[in-house]
Amino acid sequence: MSKQVADDPIELERYELFAEAAYNFNLELDRRDFFKLLGGGLVLVVALDALASQESGGQRRGRGESGPKEIGGWLHIGEDGSVTVYTGKVEVGQNIRTSLTQAVAEELRVPMSSINLVMADTDLTPFDMGTFGSRTTPTMAPQLRKAAAAAREMLIDLAAEQWKADRESLATADGKVINTRSKQSVEFGKLTKGQKLLKVISDTASLTQAKEWNVSGKPASKVDGRAFVTGKHRYTPDTKLPDMQFGKVVRPSAFNAALVTADTREAETMAGVKVVRDGNFIGVAAPDAQTAARAASAIKAEWKADPQPSARELFEYLKKHASESQPANAQGSIAEGLAAADKKLQQTYTVAYIAHAPLEPRAAVAQWANGKLTVWTGTQRPFGVRSELAEAFRIPEERVRVIVPDTGSGYGGKHTGDAAVEAARLAREAGKPVKLVWTREEEFTWAYFRPAGVIDISSGVRDNGTITAWEFHNYNSGPSGIGHRYDIPNQKIVFHQARSPLRQGSYRGLAATANHFARESHIDELARAVKIDPLEFRLKNSKDERFKAVLSAAAKAFGWGKAKSGSAGYGIAAGFEKGGYVGACAEVSVDRATGKVNLVRVVEAFECGAIVNPDQLKNQIEGSIVMAIGGALFEAVDFDNGKILNARFSRYPVPRFSDVPAIETVLIDRKDLPSAGAGETPIVGLAPAVGNAIFDATGIRLRSLPMAPSGLKA
Amino acid sequence: MQRITELNVNGSKLRIDADADRSLLSVLRDDLDLTGSKYGCGEGQCGACTVLIDGQATRSCITAIKSVAGKPVTTIEGLEKNGRLHPLQEAFLEADALQCGYCTSGMIISGFALLSKNPNPDDREITRFMEGNVCRCGTYPRIITAIRKAAQSMKGGGK
Repeated sequence: MSKQVADDPIELERYELFAEAAYNFNLELDRRDFFKLLGGGLVLVVALDALASQESGGQRRGRGESGPKEIGGWLHIGEDGSVTVYTGKVEVGQNIRTSLTQAVAEELRVPMSSINLVMADTDLTPFDMGTFGSRTTPTMAPQLRKAAAAAREMLIDLAAEQWKADRESLATADGKVINTRSKQSVEFGKLTKGQKLLKVISDTASLTQAKEWNVSGKPASKVDGRAFVTGKHRYTPDTKLPDMQFGKVVRPSAFNAALVTADTREAETMAGVKVVRDGNFIGVAAPDAQTAARAASAIKAEWKADPQPSARELFEYLKKHASESQPANAQGSIAEGLAAADKKLQQTYTVAYIAHAPLEPRAAVAQWANGKLTVWTGTQRPFGVRSELAEAFRIPEERVRVIVPDTGSGYGGKHTGDAAVEAARLAREAGKPVKLVWTREEEFTWAYFRPAGVIDISSGVRDNGTITAWEFHNYNSGPSGIGHRYDIPNQKIVFHQARSPLRQGSYRGLAATANHFARESHIDELARAVKIDPLEFRLKNSKDERFKAVLSAAAKAFGWGKAKSGSAGYGIAAGFEKGGYVGACAEVSVDRATGKVNLVRVVEAFECGAIVNPDQLKNQIEGSIVMAIGGALFEAVDFDNGKILNARFSRYPVPRFSDVPAIETVLIDRKDLPSAGAGETPIVGLAPAVGNAIFDATGIRLRSLPMAPSGLKA
Repeated sequence: MQRITELNVNGSKLRIDADADRSLLSVLRDDLDLTGSKYGCGEGQCGACTVLIDGQATRSCITAIKSVAGKPVTTIEGLEKNGRLHPLQEAFLEADALQCGYCTSGMIISGFALLSKNPNPDDREITRFMEGNVCRCGTYPRIITAIRKAAQSMKGGGK
């Protein structure tokens, strides 16, 4: 039974959020609560208005989540002047711990070093649907900013009262309220001493405009960077509890397999080993990791699975098992558009499954104590995982606490609580805390993948370069980024859900990567068909100024149209998704003898409204480009009959130092527009730009991702 | 079964009692609580577990402790001296050469090994030496910048 989330803002292709549980085992706002938790001082709570809660999904439910939905975040100024900010968001390397700290420092007029962020602890932080969809910057940052601005105003009120001074003469700077006339000043901590002030503010309060930012909008280095370069930061797999045991799960022989029999006798005789068998779940807990591994391999389990499709037949399978969906976007008449065209084109593009392969594999430490379950785990959805745990163990959510240490990345791959549920099941039986760290092979096999897909495009163009018809069908990969910024009178754009042979779900940028690859490759083919420069062709067919601006900016920085060396090819592509616009140019050279594709340089122009932290934004764009190289050129999950055939880094290559081209990023700062998230959209432009460059260099059009897993065949 | 009872880590002789065939990574992490070295793949392919053994960058996940006994092991925890970061650690911070940070320990240890062999590597030499270390967040260009910065500051006597 999949969970219904009618009119939910969650994108359809976040399949993992709608999936059934893997195993079936047989805030009221009270001021006393706040001050008990936080000590005296001043507390600001951001209450979401109706619109905001809808946008952040606050009123919605995925997987039966519950909890107080009406609070965005809260902020506490202690009697010692320390500022603590509470948010349910998760740090996975996208650097929001720093950018949110900047936002608070900006409004509160305190140094960044005096601010501590408590993130993603379901007992301490307000409900949050999850850290995905590039929502932190457009929604969480303004909420915390508002809390900080309101706190600043309250502190001014307190000082005005204490000094019997005119409020208008008071200002705040560097953690103090200052009387600009008398030059008298007082630290925030002194003002909050002995106070227990709680204020609830609406998130519609006004904010400092981007053009007046002093802290945000400028580079700031990672707030806790030192803990990472010294190895001191504790990720989930580094967590250690007294008397902690180590877990290991016995994995099925294939996907969707049922456990028939299991001989656990040998494992059970091992010292300190606890074997847990419950439905299809079978695992062990042991005093050390070696014993756990030995015990798990000593279990002789027999599984039964039905025959399943293989990678070879994947694309036929997806089209055969696709639903007839209604057009999401249709206008005019395709037949008329094609009739008006001088040239018609019909092409199919495919996209393989790829793995997130976060360097920190899924892991959890679970502890049952005093009837309460506490789990440390690396997830992008702490409250979602709390619900999963509550559901799995049939206990109220109040008795589950999920704590997320800053995590070794996710890229959309850590939305579920698989390891958390497994560790908790083992811990309950063992009567002791259990740590479970997935192996790389488990991570490559039992997590979920970026959906594979087939995209059919049929189009028409006039010799003068006007696109007259656009029919676009995406099978399985998803509807994100399926719309475009071209001005086409006749179009039909359809996403067809399909039955997937593999478990699939969110991945950085979702299906926008697949849809942009197909669309921007096809646009290039159209431009070539009518012999118009691909940049000019795009500019001619779009009326969206932001779209045209990133195209022009990328082309200018790249030197589009300039002469190139003999073996070089140039490619261009552009796109729009999640509030951000991206334009990309790539240069490749292809060794015709070996077929090796060498990505020489990439220029990417990006515009996501007002820039919050330019250096970290560049870091995200560069990272997206590098990650995109894998999916564009060589990453693909190989599988056969319910088994993954390349579940290790030695068989599943990921981008390395030598794969990285010269990268130039061009940031377009639109201080007049709201800031959008930037961790995802920069990923979508690379693959089509590279494909178009390969065509330019060789005349070979590649329509399948990955494009050159073993180079270009001669 | 052969046991190993002592390891020389970060300049200290540390007591352990572990099966000689166990990986250095698991002993560092589970027995000595030195968790800066990370598990990433278990097959020496990602470099997150990199430590120095006798000054050589080594994948601790595929190194049995019996081959290490008596040799000096340096982990990421051993680079900071008296509260002062090594210039390469400083350079990683300055260049923002990390996102999630999970690969960072291994990157810094590998970079350290490179700089001790070749105090002034060019981009091509850095790329070749660091090829075995994976950063899934894709911060490679910044890591190259950080290694070059560190090379610069170490020339000035920062070592």
